[in-house]
Amino acid sequence: MSTSCLTSGLLYLLLAPLIGGLIAGLDRIISARMQTRVGPPIWQPFYDVCKLFSKEHLVVNRSQTLFVFGLFIFMIITGLLFFTGYDLLLVIFAFTLASILLILAAYKAGSPYSFIGAERELMQMMAYEPMVLLVPIGIYMVTKTFSVAEIVKYETPLIYYLPGVFIGLLHILTIKFRKSPFDLSSTHHAHQELVKGLTTEFSGPSLALIEITHWYENVLLLGIIFLFFAPIPWVGVLAALLIYFLEIMIDNSFARMKWEFLLKSSWWMALVFGGGNILLLMLLKR
Amino acid sequence: MNLILFLIIFPFVISLILRPNLLPEGLQKGLISISTLVLAVASIMLCFDPNEISSQLLQLTFSHYQQLFLFVVEIGLAILIYYFSFKYDKIWVAFVNTIQLMLLIVLETKVKFNLENNIGNASNLFTKSIFFIDNFSIIMALIIGIIGGLIAIYANGYMKDFHHHHKEMKDKRSSFFFVIFMFLSAMFGIVFSDNLLWLHFFWEITTLASFLLIGYKGDKVSIDNAFRALLYNLIGGVGFVVGILYFYMASGSFSLDQLINAGKSGFLIPVLLLAFAGFSKSAQMPFSSWLLGAMVAPTPVSALLHSSTMVKAGVYLVIKLAPALMGTWAGILVASVGGITFLTASMIAISRQNAKSVLAYSTIANLGLIVLCAGIGSPMAVWAGIMIIIFHAISKGLLFLSVGVAEHRIDSREIEAMDGLVVSLPNLSFLLLLGMAGMFLAPFAMLISKWAVIKAIIDPAPLLLIPIVFGSAATLFYWVKWMGKLLAITTNETNNPNNTNKTTAATLEKAISNYEWCALYPLGFLTIISTIIFPLTSGFMLEPYLSKHYNLGAGYFNLWQENIILMTLLLILLLLLPLLSKIFISANNKKTRVTAPYLAGANVNDGYHYQGSLQTMKYTIRNYYLESFFGERCWSLVGIILAIVTMLIMLFSVRF
Amino acid sequence: MSSIIKSPWVIHYDGSSCNGCDIEVLAALTPRFDVERFGIINTGNPKHADIFLVTGSVNEQNIPIVKNIYEQMPDPKVVIAIGICAATGGIFKECYNVQGGVGEVIPVDVYVPGCAARPEAIIDGVVKALGILQKKQEEWKAKVS
Repeated sequence: MSTSCLTSGLLYLLLAPLIGGLIAGLDRIISARMQTRVGPPIWQPFYDVCKLFSKEHLVVNRSQTLFVFGLFIFMIITGLLFFTGYDLLLVIFAFTLASILLILAAYKAGSPYSFIGAERELMQMMAYEPMVLLVPIGIYMVTKTFSVAEIVKYETPLIYYLPGVFIGLLHILTIKFRKSPFDLSSTHHAHQELVKGLTTEFSGPSLALIEITHWYENVLLLGIIFLFFAPIPWVGVLAALLIYFLEIMIDNSFARMKWEFLLKSSWWMALVFGGGNILLLMLLKR
Repeated sequence: MNLILFLIIFPFVISLILRPNLLPEGLQKGLISISTLVLAVASIMLCFDPNEISSQLLQLTFSHYQQLFLFVVEIGLAILIYYFSFKYDKIWVAFVNTIQLMLLIVLETKVKFNLENNIGNASNLFTKSIFFIDNFSIIMALIIGIIGGLIAIYANGYMKDFHHHHKEMKDKRSSFFFVIFMFLSAMFGIVFSDNLLWLHFFWEITTLASFLLIGYKGDKVSIDNAFRALLYNLIGGVGFVVGILYFYMASGSFSLDQLINAGKSGFLIPVLLLAFAGFSKSAQMPFSSWLLGAMVAPTPVSALLHSSTMVKAGVYLVIKLAPALMGTWAGILVASVGGITFLTASMIAISRQNAKSVLAYSTIANLGLIVLCAGIGSPMAVWAGIMIIIFHAISKGLLFLSVGVAEHRIDSREIEAMDGLVVSLPNLSFLLLLGMAGMFLAPFAMLISKWAVIKAIIDPAPLLLIPIVFGSAATLFYWVKWMGKLLAITTNETNNPNNTNKTTAATLEKAISNYEWCALYPLGFLTIISTIIFPLTSGFMLEPYLSKHYNLGAGYFNLWQENIILMTLLLILLLLLPLLSKIFISANNKKTRVTAPYLAGANVNDGYHYQGSLQTMKYTIRNYYLESFFGERCWSLVGIILAIVTMLIMLFSVRF
Repeated sequence: MSSIIKSPWVIHYDGSSCNGCDIEVLAALTPRFDVERFGIINTGNPKHADIFLVTGSVNEQNIPIVKNIYEQMPDPKVVIAIGICAATGGIFKECYNVQGGVGEVIPVDVYVPGCAARPEAIIDGVVKALGILQKKQEEWKAKVS
């Protein structure tokens, strides 16, 4: 492992919560402006997390904390694997593990709201998983490697070869960022869904951990967007931010959809855009 | 002492001892436990000096007397099948049996004719050894010896309980164990035979043994399902005999090794016919329903059929043929059958509420994945396929046995009845969770194999990844929701300090017999250990095997060693998670307060009930099964049609 | 630590009110008043909330519910009774089923008067509650450490 990989890993570990938190703060301000409100200060997410850490820790059963903590650890490890340039498939698998731990935590709490939240989150996972797996596959077909460190060095931006995969990815990013119309399992908004769905039974420090994990996760997802534009870094950063802005816009302009639509649309998008892109690559590269 | 002969003959002898039911119960149990231990030790010893064994093996050559013996025994088996099929009025079984018998007679006369007239160097047939040994057969022997043995030990405790639950049935335990040991013997035979006639002989014995085991209960459903298994496997058997006949006519040989070599140089028809036999045995899509029907049998039988024997014989054969399939269109089509099976079985599993049914579909899906690997046939694909065989055997064995225990304790096989099993059967549900995690979760070896599958397929046939990615998503869904069901606690048994239910939970688990624990804990342990020693298995067993068959340069496998080590570290981290989270939990310990779940503020009594408009209600939580999306009838029809079409194309593509 | 006063999350419960106060509470969330400026979020889940806003009087039916919600909020927490009904029972006080103000059931920290209470008054009440919340937090910290 080279030093540059090590530094980027270290930077991720330290800066991801900061960047993720700031993005969350910006998200809230931009959303507020879109609704002609003033919105909270940009540091608001940090205030929230600090407050949550200082509050009482209500649990339904004590073992649920284990899974929340596992989520936190494994999400950080997932990000580290990604930013230190390891195998992209392994990153995806570790990512899946982390997401499953959150679902198990919600199941463990055993309340009806968190149970349905967990079921819906699982549904969302099933919806986005094919596309998430198709991303490294598509990237491999262009670059002939799964290693993130190698992928970044590829000379042409991947978006030239993988527009279909990118569109499919955009579709499921809405699910991953927990944005409307696909925020079925839990939502950040005041218009609640299933009380708080997945996170109903977590409070205080547990909820704070989940929030920080979400920041780490968002930075990782933006990193994956960056991969598509890696040869020109400033375009990559700009694209990642632009995509996030797009997600905020989608969030504010759509009503929540039902799960049937979620599942069908995600699988069709994965099949048509992701699969179609891979088919084309196969035919062209032959 | 020749270990291989020992492994084949010893269980056979034990089965003959058990059959007459002369031993008292304690002695019988002791004999079973000790002999399975012997089998396990013998199969482990096999790892240490395969060279010496193989030199002894070469002396065991095929002879005309053996051939006559096999012929007579196969006719005996056929008569037995006739007896059963006429007794229960199953004409189709008799019909397929007749075809097979006729083919065998043709084969026999052909060989005789060739010998008498000395056509084409016919006596060459008898210089080749009947057995062989390589690392793959050692791995299979370990699976059969250890996991099959553990299942036999478990059956000791389980069958007693089983007859306690099914008082209406006659206690035929001795014949049960007779068949089980016969089965193990035949399995050892399959993995060590190089001679196709012997291979076919053992193959037919497993078919018959599985028929007897599935029909053990003797009620109508069991009999019907047993006959379905018999029918499908006989169809596969016909394919097998045609393959042997075809190959013999063309080359005058009965050697599997030579058949594969011939396949490598383009002579694919016998290879595909054998692969077809493998499909039926390993329950690939058009045949999958026999494995589902096999669920009606007592749980140890399902465990045996699903994890270590029977279906593994099918994929064993297909994987053996893999080098011949590599890079051919026929290979891609074999892989497509596997892919179709994986996708459809995974999707159907979502809609199943019966725990054993979910396990059965998951088995079919995993076998599909193995067949897919075999069809691709590249070294990495075969590597992944063998790895899946190993890990699937361990995890699935564990899952079936745990579900069997749970079934007797909660009197239900339904997943919906497993609410909060983690409270009522804590140790058992830990093992269940471990088994499920072993089946699909990241740092466990199964997922490393899946990772290797993706890597192996992406270059030769990227489109086959599409069933894999969708199937994986479905896999994730049905396992996690089951895990959630086990974990979800909807009563306050754990929270209430002065509750009396805790004692009942403990007694519920106490009723599980020691024989059962003796099988469950080692399997749980193996699930973890197999991931940790994963690089060793790869380095010492698989790499030599693959380099021998594919002429690989040194360092072919070095590329992924780093990632495998990384996965192992992740697993260790996952296992240490309870300790790590202790830090977080104890830091917040003083701040922590246990409350009832949120029920819109209407909690009453213990907090797990709520005030309805008329009376106090208990809330219940139910999983999604999405019957309308992933219904069994719809998807199995799709799978069967697609698989049949693919197979037809496969057979015809070779002809022209 | 002052973070608690920068991020007060509220849960709003409607007792037996005429919905006048509830509309005003919701009005406070709208762009015109935008309480999110102060980090206030309406969570709808007691387990996430710091401030319990109650409108309307309590009656026999909802006494256990109010108690449950209060019970399921993590410490430190404050209760704000909004409107005259929540304070004393208001015009419903004499009803056969009405117990009176929220104070009858759980300890109330801030009373916001009005029928209906104006959004400005509600925000004012919340701001007042923040001071109490901070004090409570110090007490609570001393208790658990």
